[in-house]
Amino acid sequence: MKNPYKIIDHTADFGIHVFGSNPKELFANAALAMFDVITDLELLTGLKARKLHIRADDWPDLMVNWLRELLYLWAGKEMLVKHVDILSISEYELTALVYVDRYDLNRHVINNEIKAVTYHQIQVQEGPSGWESQVIFDV
Amino acid sequence: MELKKIDEYRWELPKTGAMRVPGIIFTSAAMLNTKQEESLKQVANVATLPGILKASLAMPDIHWGYGFPIGGVAAFDWDSGIISPGGVGYDINCGVRLAGTSLIEKDVRPKLANLVNALYQNIPAGIGSKGTVKLSVKEEKKVLKEGSRWAVRQGFGDDLDIEHTEDGGCMPNADPDMVSQRALERGRQQLGTLGSGNHFIEIGLVETIYDPEAARVFGLFEGQVTLMLHSGSRGFGYQVCDDFLAKMTKHSKNLGFNLPDRQLSCAMIQSKEGMNYYDAMACAANYAWANRQIMMHKSREVFEKVLGIGPKTLALNLLYDVCHNIAKKEKHVIDGKEQFVCVHRKGATRAFPPGHKVLCDKYRKTGQPILIPGDMGTASYVLVGTEKAMEETFGSTCHGAGRVLSRKAAKKASMGRAIQRELEDKGILVRWTGRSTLAEEMPDAYKDISQVVEVVHGAGISKKVAKLRPIGVVKG
Repeated sequence: MKNPYKIIDHTADFGIHVFGSNPKELFANAALAMFDVITDLELLTGLKARKLHIRADDWPDLMVNWLRELLYLWAGKEMLVKHVDILSISEYELTALVYVDRYDLNRHVINNEIKAVTYHQIQVQEGPSGWESQVIFDV
Repeated sequence: MELKKIDEYRWELPKTGAMRVPGIIFTSAAMLNTKQEESLKQVANVATLPGILKASLAMPDIHWGYGFPIGGVAAFDWDSGIISPGGVGYDINCGVRLAGTSLIEKDVRPKLANLVNALYQNIPAGIGSKGTVKLSVKEEKKVLKEGSRWAVRQGFGDDLDIEHTEDGGCMPNADPDMVSQRALERGRQQLGTLGSGNHFIEIGLVETIYDPEAARVFGLFEGQVTLMLHSGSRGFGYQVCDDFLAKMTKHSKNLGFNLPDRQLSCAMIQSKEGMNYYDAMACAANYAWANRQIMMHKSREVFEKVLGIGPKTLALNLLYDVCHNIAKKEKHVIDGKEQFVCVHRKGATRAFPPGHKVLCDKYRKTGQPILIPGDMGTASYVLVGTEKAMEETFGSTCHGAGRVLSRKAAKKASMGRAIQRELEDKGILVRWTGRSTLAEEMPDAYKDISQVVEVVHGAGISKKVAKLRPIGVVKG
């Protein structure tokens, strides 16, 4: 997909509008979009894989819990995510391999700080041209 | 949404649909605009929550938040109401403190650059900055239990600082066992750090005194050099909020709460989930107070070193410390009867009146000092609490300017301009860490703080005491 996401930019809100042809692609694109906002993905190397298992009550909850878990890798563990490999996904759970690079002040750039993934106006739905989601961040 | 004008400073959002109470917006004709539609909807959403008392309130600096609007105040019945992490915000006990000094502008102007640089170097700021205070988990739990007192015991300040802090810098219900490992982990790294975004340390001057008697009691005089600090509970508070939002989303669903927005997820105060959040939130509140206490004391040391004077000569004394993201058990009068309520202030400041018994002796006669920071190029205000605030707003007032431009719009507006130079031309020296912090935080990105203050002053929910203007700013 050429443009897997668009930035949402309101007065107090900052977020992403993400697209994918199926849930797997949508969730992978959302992860990349978030880290594309945070850093320059090109500069991430020396990747280590981590396995994540996320549970949720429905699609929107799954999206928030997924991104929240990935953001914790950055905010809590100083790891930046380069790409993700979603192994399995349903409305209630997701398993993925996440490839991370430990943050290094000298090698990486931080373009924007995302402090939290909110439920605010969260949307995940299947539209006429595929799956899409809107996520608002606290920045 | 239809607003009904009550008077020059108050508008009513009439009770409709699922709203249990009306909304009351404190604002002025000049500040009312169509851009507020979304935040008004949030005021209405808050009004639907169980146990809300009197009205869902909004201060003049209201803007769109997550779930609850920023600038929102809502009180819930302690026995039959809810508590909501989204009604407090992510940065639990984000707040402001102000210290006076014995100095005037000519004492600092020649060394201003050194001062600002030294503050920048000695107080870690910016994304992912780590504190110089090293904590074991055991010691961190003490911070969470004790707040400012922990910091003072470690040598960061003295007892007077504690007395001049809202709640003495400690919510006693804090229970570290209610906090996740993740929060503990994040908290250990960041004590004594400023953070990023709109957080700052500011050297200012008292420009105008409006209320000479209150100013005298507060220790403020015209031309005086002041130090203001705006920061919160860092990653610790974010993690506590995030953890409980996740828990309460499930909980609200199980209880069958029909929430218009998931970010409004909540629990009854008198439930295990509700109390666990209240006790975890208190840990974050205490963390924030310890954090600001440490940074103020370090700033004190920077002033002494750079200016080559002792603590007595400098007299950098804490005037007051207020929190503006918090939920608290307080006693208020509802329909002529005193009762306990849980006041949520999200981007709102406590504004207790003269004579209130929780105030320290020094401020019992004047009322509580209130600190309202503006943007880095304009002004900040010191106000004082009033009886009217107790009657109308559960003892609350505004907290700051509120954004008018998105961060991206601010960056765009700053293109081709040298914001640092513009500020320097106004006599304001600024240092910052983030790549785009300066553009995002430029003065044009914020509402006019004076307009906000005129509303709360005019409405009588707090009174102007003094206006400060910045001369040196460190941004995260």
